Amino acid sequence: MSRPEHQAPPEIYYNDDEAKKYTSNTRIQSVQAEMTYRALELLSLPENESSFLLDIGCGSGLSGEILDEEGYIWVGMDISPAMLQVALEREVEGDLFLQDVGQGMAFRPGTFDGAISISVLQWLCNADHTSHNPKTRLTRFFSTLYSSLRRGARAVFQFYPENDDQCELIMNTAMRCGFEGGLVVDYPNSKKAKKYFLCLFAGQSAPGVKQQ
Amino acid sequence: MLQCHARGCNTNNFPLELSEVEIQVLETDYNPQFLRNMIPKLDWNALVVTAKKVGITAVPDVLPETMNEDIDENFLRNLHRILLETHVQQGKMTCPNCKHVYSIRDGIPNMLLNDEA
Ligand SMILES: [Zn+2]
Repeated sequence: MSRPEHQAPPEIYYNDDEAKKYTSNTRIQSVQAEMTYRALELLSLPENESSFLLDIGCGSGLSGEILDEEGYIWVGMDISPAMLQVALEREVEGDLFLQDVGQGMAFRPGTFDGAISISVLQWLCNADHTSHNPKTRLTRFFSTLYSSLRRGARAVFQFYPENDDQCELIMNTAMRCGFEGGLVVDYPNSKKAKKYFLCLFAGQSAPGVKQQ
Repeated sequence: MLQCHARGCNTNNFPLELSEVEIQVLETDYNPQFLRNMIPKLDWNALVVTAKKVGITAVPDVLPETMNEDIDENFLRNLHRILLETHVQQGKMTCPNCKHVYSIRDGIPNMLLNDEA
């Protein structure tokens, strides 16, 4: 099967049909859930604090539902209106935004305590329009994300890198935007179960230290 | 919590000004801890201005001093109403600097920019 990000831009690929299909597919649901829990684990947020999270590429709210269950308050954004429509119908708790993260984000500095993103980053590496430059878009994305996170916050991205070059481009861009961190690979020896998580830290304050 | 993100629009781009709004209030669980966590992140003036735009005047113009242990329950309840229960269903948000208009439909702000921007 060819990679969906090679077939059409995300706002076209996830049309009404695809959005519904994606959301009602139980296999996708369970994989998404598993990756969301793992991302939350990697975020290692302080316990018993109601953190404010950003879900980048929230889609139809599959991961958002888990954030709801876990008691987080969250904001989700996605470039596909059809996906967001499904999220509305599913009555997720988070506030939703129609946004192309490659154009940067509009949140006030220090807004979020953490960010998660499931299966989105690879889409950003595409040049879907003639004016798109993956490097510029990644830079815009990571730099505005960096500022919208509070100091010491983490961002965890599960993604499907296409090759080493792409991985490197993503990592280098994130580091240039001020992030620290690295790649976590789960099940590295299983072709099917292998999962990449990019874990980024905004600012270098020690975990557990309260920031103002 | 939003500012304009049009390229090159970096100053005086906050708060986005609401107009032609349609509001819906949806009850949700009251979570004082979350609110306490949010207070230091808020630009109070912007919050007051925005709240007034949608017809809420229950917040004090100046953030109360006693922001430690015993925050006034009433104050937190009002903040909860504004931050978590008041949803702009339809409307427009205009950047005070570049005048870019972001429209809100079905409660979802459209933050897309023209690619040339
Ligand atoms: Zn502007």
